[in-house]
Amino acid sequence: MAAKVLTVTSGKGGVGKTTTTANIAVALAALSYKVVCIDADIGLRNLDVVLGLENRIVYDLVDVVENRCRLRQAMIRDKRLPELYLIPAAQTRDKNAVSPSDMVRLCDELRNEVDWILIDSPAGIERGFRNALAPADMVLVVTNPEVSAVRDADRIIGLIEAEEKGPARLILNRVNMNLVKRGDMLNADDVLELLAVELIGIVPEDEAVVVSTNRGQPVALDGKSKAGLAFQNIARRLNGEQVPFLSLDEKDGFFARLSKVFRSGGA
Amino acid sequence: MAGWLEQLLGKKDKSAEQAKERLKLVLIHDRTDLTPHQLEMMKNELLEVISRHVAIDPSAVKIDMAQDGREQRLIADIPLKPVNARRR
Ligand SMILES: Nc1ncnc2c1ncn2[C@@H]1O[C@H](COP(=O)(O)OP(=O)(O)OP(=O)(O)O)[C@@H](O)[C@H]1O
Ligand SMILES: [Mg+2]
Repeated sequence: MAAKVLTVTSGKGGVGKTTTTANIAVALAALSYKVVCIDADIGLRNLDVVLGLENRIVYDLVDVVENRCRLRQAMIRDKRLPELYLIPAAQTRDKNAVSPSDMVRLCDELRNEVDWILIDSPAGIERGFRNALAPADMVLVVTNPEVSAVRDADRIIGLIEAEEKGPARLILNRVNMNLVKRGDMLNADDVLELLAVELIGIVPEDEAVVVSTNRGQPVALDGKSKAGLAFQNIARRLNGEQVPFLSLDEKDGFFARLSKVFRSGGA
Repeated sequence: MAGWLEQLLGKKDKSAEQAKERLKLVLIHDRTDLTPHQLEMMKNELLEVISRHVAIDPSAVKIDMAQDGREQRLIADIPLKPVNARRR
């Protein structure tokens, strides 16, 4: 086994990195892969609550880095899926407790044991982001169809390229089709034209995300909601499948426009 | 540009359209680290240097920043005045 390290980042805060990491991890594990996700947001950990594993934390990332436990001991197994693990962030330490080379070493130790290592990056362009980027084989940039989120995504994509971790793949999250139809929200074509990157997923704004986060049950656990299906589709694209982008509204031919994005945006 | 025409046709009323146009400009400046003011100064200096060697009509000159994938390109279209016109 040689794991692929996937870092989820964004620049701007609150656009859906943690939600995306949790859901792609769940969806990849449901495809029978062995998956480890690492919360690199030290001091502001959240991946544990989004996955519903907060009560099972004993050791964290900083304990591993500072040799207070073995890597295995810090991996919390998610019992809902055959092989999904979480390495939580430390909550009472600051981001300087871990260095980019610590992250590279930790991922190298995991590489031969699992298929996918997903890293949830903190917002911003500082140490925490550098930590999350250092071991990455592939970087997913999450953004929302909104001016400041797109601007920050552009900045982060530039930094990813400068670090030779590109090309970044884009996830456009929280798309509200009613606003798009009314001409009051950027659509996927607009954002792709501005950022000039490859698209890997379009996720609708979906109440199911709020409900599932309340319960600690990621939407991708079942594909009943539109957001859940969108995250499952991203996992399948990572798995090398050609999956058309979700039609968020099939009734009035929006599918045609989305499938155009699909053709020009690659897999 | 024909902003007023688009305004008239209602295209610019759509806030998404405005967001896109504003983002285009913001990204050019973010990517090149040039403020609109610096860009304007650079254009003027370019014209000054060129007109030292050949005759040009400043009003016919077009110097713009264009996006090519994730790269920015400075594109200059500078028509030269015909030699006859220059002699006079
Ligand atoms: N597709 C969606 N539909 C509805 N709500 C969403 C969607 N994606 C994310 N959210 C909500 O947006 C909020 C922010 O999401 P999340 O915590 O994943 O962002 P983040 O990028 O990790 O934030 P931070 O930068 O603080 O780490 C959460 O309340 C989440 O439930
Ligand atoms: Mg987060």
